[in-house]
Amino acid sequence: MSQTDIEPETTVDARGAACPGPLMDLIGAVRGAESGAVVRLLSDTERSLTDVPEWVEETDNELLATEEGDDHHAFYVEKA
Amino acid sequence: MTERVIVVGGGTGGTVLANDLADRLGAEIDAGDVEVTLVNDGPDHVYKPVWLYVPFGQREPEDGRRRLRELVDDRVAVRVDRVTDIDTDAGQVRYHEAPEPIDYDYLVLATGSTLAPEEIPGLAEGGHDYYSESGAEALREELLSFTEGHLVLSVVGTPHMCPAAPLEFVFMADDWLRERGLREDVDITYTYPIQRVHGNPHIAEWARPLMDERDIEVETFFNAESVDPDAGTITSMEGTDIDYDLLVAIPPHRGIDLIEEAGLGDDGWVDVDKHTLEAEAAENVYALGDTAATGVPNAGSVAHYQAGVVGQRIASQIRGRPATATYDGKTLCFVETGMDAASFVEFDYERPPSPAPPSEKLHWSKLAYNESYWLTARGLL
Repeated sequence: MSQTDIEPETTVDARGAACPGPLMDLIGAVRGAESGAVVRLLSDTERSLTDVPEWVEETDNELLATEEGDDHHAFYVEKA
Repeated sequence: MTERVIVVGGGTGGTVLANDLADRLGAEIDAGDVEVTLVNDGPDHVYKPVWLYVPFGQREPEDGRRRLRELVDDRVAVRVDRVTDIDTDAGQVRYHEAPEPIDYDYLVLATGSTLAPEEIPGLAEGGHDYYSESGAEALREELLSFTEGHLVLSVVGTPHMCPAAPLEFVFMADDWLRERGLREDVDITYTYPIQRVHGNPHIAEWARPLMDERDIEVETFFNAESVDPDAGTITSMEGTDIDYDLLVAIPPHRGIDLIEEAGLGDDGWVDVDKHTLEAEAAENVYALGDTAATGVPNAGSVAHYQAGVVGQRIASQIRGRPATATYDGKTLCFVETGMDAASFVEFDYERPPSPAPPSEKLHWSKLAYNESYWLTARGLL
């Protein structure tokens, strides 16, 4: 997995969780975060590659980066 | 030396397990080699699915209550008390009513879900629920006299108990209002946090056309952020406002704080191996039902099947044999699709659900199961 230089305030490790667990874990973390904070989601569910961008598009939050790895993906979401 | 098994929680998982252990280890218990204690914070066992029918005036909360002592084998010690501390390093728990810590050889956590409406500002004041006895009774008062306006069912938190129940509620409300000639005067909206109407895509694909046919409005990607009880508005993180006249919400759920304090998992859910149900952070500790973070639905059938697995594993360990029983994710669920029709799903970790066509027979099967549930709790069915 390539590395970004984004420093997340919070990391949500949802590896092993079944869908829609990772997205709901992300939403829960964003709900509790301060405005401007970056939440990193780790997920090994392929579906997160569509779920997360779709949800971010529905909100004012921003998907700063997605790292696609062999065994899991990392999503960096900045809270609006 | 006596092997001590402590089961915490007298819901479906804990009660079925206690009876399962009494059955498997009867001889050892009678000989004084094994002691099984079931701890619950009240004297009653509660069958929560009854609450779905309470708002429609069809059942009473008492229908879902029985004395735990009457349901559990006499060889099990039932303790009405609260566990206040778990020390998995020492292998001890502490009870509220007893100052000295108690040693355990095997600890099973079946403490279930608690509701956390306070996490969403305004929800406790503005919303109703049927996920608690008091909530179901309060909703009954509102629903029985609700003749016109906007009924909103909002799934605020997941995971939550019985993932089918929000769908069941709107299907039943739709049918019930039609039967009473009120449906044209009541709009129904269903909201869900993700981009479909249910967490499981197969159930979502089945349910969505039924909702469209029956004129149930759907708002997906709706994560409730706040409720304004005075204005009658629920607002989502995604920036959508919905006006309501009657708000029925599935509140956020949490496990008990004790689990996080014991380092067994976050939000009150125990991190477990999803096949063996053993806690990842401690030896000889199991979790089952809602308490176990397995990713399967928080449903009574899950707790029932998991209890059989944990019972087998503990009995094997006590007898010095390898524990081979595993849980395969099996879930069974009836889904009411109206006041006199229901569907049925069965699935596991490998096989996805395929909902059966709704029928009256399945509806009566669900009601028959609700009646025979007490045999399940006793470990007979």
